[in-house]
Amino acid sequence: MKARAFRYVRPATIAEAFDAFAEAGGEASYLAGGHSLAPALALRLQAPDVLIDIAHIGALRGIVLDGDSLRIGALTRHAEALTDPHIAAHAPLLRMAAPHVAHPAIRNRGTLGGSVALADPAAEFPAVMLAMGAEMEIAGPDGHRRVPAEAFFLDLYQTALEPGELLVAFHVPIARPSHRWAFDEFARRRGDYAVIGAGVMLDMDGPTVAEARIAFLSAAATPVRARQAESCLAGRLLDAGAIADAQQALAGDLDPPDDEQTPAAMRLHLGRVLLGRLLGGLIDNAAVAA
Amino acid sequence: MTITASVTLTINGEDVTREIEPRETLADFLRRDMQLTGTHTGCEMGVCGACLVLVDGKATHGCLVFAVQAEGSTVETIEGLSERGIIGDIQAAFHERNALQCGFCTPGMLVTAHSMLAPPGVPTREEIRDALSGNYCRCTGYEAIVDAIEAVARQRAGEEVAA
Repeated sequence: MKARAFRYVRPATIAEAFDAFAEAGGEASYLAGGHSLAPALALRLQAPDVLIDIAHIGALRGIVLDGDSLRIGALTRHAEALTDPHIAAHAPLLRMAAPHVAHPAIRNRGTLGGSVALADPAAEFPAVMLAMGAEMEIAGPDGHRRVPAEAFFLDLYQTALEPGELLVAFHVPIARPSHRWAFDEFARRRGDYAVIGAGVMLDMDGPTVAEARIAFLSAAATPVRARQAESCLAGRLLDAGAIADAQQALAGDLDPPDDEQTPAAMRLHLGRVLLGRLLGGLIDNAAVAA
Repeated sequence: MTITASVTLTINGEDVTREIEPRETLADFLRRDMQLTGTHTGCEMGVCGACLVLVDGKATHGCLVFAVQAEGSTVETIEGLSERGIIGDIQAAFHERNALQCGFCTPGMLVTAHSMLAPPGVPTREEIRDALSGNYCRCTGYEAIVDAIEAVARQRAGEEVAA
């Protein structure tokens, strides 16, 4: 199918984008990379009167080091997460997750902001934002506000963004030498949405885990922190026993979707296998650092 | 009332300005307005890869961008790539290895192959398969396609390749 007819506007500033949204009486969608929106329009799941192309707004671009955090503009393309040196050095989990996102051509156009604002629970970048403890910078007609990733993902495709607001940038606490990172997922074919996936951040004190942050995708209605598993690790030596306890605790953390191809119990099992592999892979790293 | 918008872009080296409906995808624009029918429309939702073209040098799904979004961009289609001779070795390898049957997916396969072979070095077969993960071939010709791309990579790196 083809998209319903719409008007197309291309604002140069955030203020112009808000004006266009107001003028459309709210019957408008923001267009960034458009790689989720274009299929939704073609399938007529959405049919806005106006598309507001925000891809040319300079204030939504750029990756800059800002003290202890990395400010990543919402229009940063998936492919840039693979190549940008600031992301590789300061937000390594984004770099690790990027090869798992769709296919090369999709990564050339799709934006981090678009992926996070859509909040597909099966997408990689929303979960990674949770694991990194990122803050979302949101612009609205009344000014800018910041929302932690924890408070951003509310429900299936529901975020803290109010109608008309724009996701402007991510503020990611930069990686420290004591941090260990890992990301992986199970997908039936390369580029498919994952059956389940996870990103892990461990803050190590020698061989001991000082703090753990674990976020899963395809494991609930939103990307989700595995807080009980994290608690199993905090303050403990990273060894087989601690990992087994964390794997066991996942039952209380995840609320996996249940469908014909992948029963919830299978997803939980795969989540445990995945967590075991991710944490196990970090044991040697931790020992080397100690 | 039909809403139209003006778009100016460069297609295969030619400057083009047209008045079009904003809802027209780049793939439809190339096929209908420019008669460049080498860009194929398969799934029209970014899955099959038959509509891949280069936008500002990067492989892009023609079905996932509206033509108005390409304002000011440089677009190269399979017609431009083949007429320029830049993918002649890839086309020859596809021919020699029988890396196509019906040919519907081939323009997209060639755009992906061209993009992945642009940087120096010889990719592994795993990397080739990864790059092709967004290109569907319903004649199940993947093995030969991977063979062809690998052969070109080796040729370009100056290696001898068995015929």
